[in-house]
Amino acid sequence: MRQATITLLSKAVGWCAFALALSTTSAWAAPAGDLDAAGTNVFDTASVQRGAALFSNYCLACHSAKYMRFKRMEEDLDLTEEEIEEFLVPAGLEVGDYMLASMPYEQSADWFGKAPPDLSLTARSRGPDWIYTFLRSYYLTDDGWNNKVLENPAMPHVLWELQGIQRPVMETMEAEDGSTEVKIASLELDVGGQMEPAEYDKTVRDIVAFMEYIAEPAKLKRERLGVWVLMFLALFTFLAYLLYHEYWKDIKK
Amino acid sequence: MNNLITSVGNWVDERVPVSDFWKKHISEYYAPKNFNLWYFFGSLSMLVLVNQLLTGIFLTMHYKPGAETAFASVEYIMRDVEWGWLIRYMHSTGASLFFVVVYLHMFRALMYGSYQKPREIVWILGVTIYLVLMAESFMGYVLPWGQMSYWGAQVIISLFGAVPYIGEALVEWIRGDYFVADATLNRFFALHVVALPLVLVGLVVLHLAALHEVGSNNPDGVDIKKKKDNEGRPLDGIPFHPYYTIKDIFGAGFFLFIAAFIVFFAPEFGGKFLKPDNFVQANPLVTPDHIPPVWYFTPFYAILQAVPDKLMGVILMGVSVLILYLVPWLDRSPVKSIRFRSWPSKIALAVFVVAFIRLGMLGLSQDSSTFELRLWTFVYFAFFILMPIWTRLEPTKAVPERVSSA
Repeated sequence: MRQATITLLSKAVGWCAFALALSTTSAWAAPAGDLDAAGTNVFDTASVQRGAALFSNYCLACHSAKYMRFKRMEEDLDLTEEEIEEFLVPAGLEVGDYMLASMPYEQSADWFGKAPPDLSLTARSRGPDWIYTFLRSYYLTDDGWNNKVLENPAMPHVLWELQGIQRPVMETMEAEDGSTEVKIASLELDVGGQMEPAEYDKTVRDIVAFMEYIAEPAKLKRERLGVWVLMFLALFTFLAYLLYHEYWKDIKK
Repeated sequence: MNNLITSVGNWVDERVPVSDFWKKHISEYYAPKNFNLWYFFGSLSMLVLVNQLLTGIFLTMHYKPGAETAFASVEYIMRDVEWGWLIRYMHSTGASLFFVVVYLHMFRALMYGSYQKPREIVWILGVTIYLVLMAESFMGYVLPWGQMSYWGAQVIISLFGAVPYIGEALVEWIRGDYFVADATLNRFFALHVVALPLVLVGLVVLHLAALHEVGSNNPDGVDIKKKKDNEGRPLDGIPFHPYYTIKDIFGAGFFLFIAAFIVFFAPEFGGKFLKPDNFVQANPLVTPDHIPPVWYFTPFYAILQAVPDKLMGVILMGVSVLILYLVPWLDRSPVKSIRFRSWPSKIALAVFVVAFIRLGMLGLSQDSSTFELRLWTFVYFAFFILMPIWTRLEPTKAVPERVSSA
């Protein structure tokens, strides 16, 4: 009988380990491509706060985040209503409003050739690494701004004053069939910006952290609550096991 | 006080046989005492079904079907509805876990011959539940109206276009428009929320009624009704309540621990349960590069891809699911459980599992090798087609009269 319960338990543990292994290895091994790891932390409130200010300054003129309310940051990011009002809400909007772009879509579509996409969920659809690499991969050519991650973007490099100007380093690649192709090997900082490269990376990381937060504001609460739920369920399962063991004493002999 | 309760109880019982029902299906339903780990997945399927129904009701309170409103209403649920994110994640995680437990439940039946006489109808009802579940989850997946919802629906519905003569008209009839549009979303909502859940619950009731009529099988495949005590109770049977209710509560706790881990820490499950592309609103003008179905459909999608001709591919995919109905008659073995069969059965089942998982992996990928697709499709069908041969020819061991110890 003891033997049987031990077998059952060990099998159960095995299944749990299997499920965990599945969730941490195969499912997570998504193709990363040439993207750099963003290294963001949405639980770092200071980082997300800085990102909020940067987002409001540099992005919100053209891009909306139409599913996100400014006021939500009050409960999630340790900000007072006055602080949100003063630093984050652009003129013409209220603290209770959704984060809408200052510029009407028709106008920005005219200017850039296409309407700037809404950024509420970009961190979930493209992923943080994509945004992080994208914002660091602008380079200047004779034809204007281009980007290594997204070729010929409609958006100019709005952060160029911070980063400076990057130029492409070209390299001739020979394919197997003998044809040659000129490709960008890397990007090189030509004219320095207001920030050192490491400082610029950190700034972009803050913006991405904020975008991760607005993509799923519930994430902050979700993981904190999850720990308690798991502890409760572990206790519940243990008590259920004891009850099961007690009831089945007569059967397992 | 006690007298009052008893007399009210009697009054009801004289009119509706509540206590008879309780006895027949719960307290005096005798189940074999040697159920193992594999016997948790039936009750877990019920648990997930209840979860889907309850969370579904609350989602319906805030979800707004319609091409203009659906996507935004899901984000509204995720952000502005109290506990909306939890309800939504429980529903989306539940959908995937439903298939996990149902696949394991079906594997159990294959392993222990639970479909054999006299349980053919239990199996047939089970396969039907699985079919309805596929339709239910497909339509549910369309409702958030993201890019994958939209283009997945486009791909799957267009398969009906392969039907000769009436194909095009049939596709138009299903969509209710010339392309997947508002009309499609609204009818899928009606079917997902009202029609199919009704069918599903009805089938589950029949599945259990049929099971309780003939009694549960067990890992030994021993018929416990052959050996009874003086009062007609099977010697190897124990009342479902309290023994299996208690045991299933323990199993449910364990399962919920895993489910909660996913809901709270990995609701997207690395893009397997919620795909990144589905966080972009449906756009009929932008076709995604790659439109893979959700993981639980990929084995069948791989079989579709293995065939160059569209109509033949669709037929083969349909047959790959429907062939499950024939299993009770394809299996000619005199014994039920794999424990008393020989190596051909054991190897065949193992190879089948490998083929099914491998097909699932191939169906997820965009550029799977055609050779491998066909190889595993061949193995998948060989398992069923050759089953009458090896089950008849292989030697079997004598089945004991009593079950092995609990």
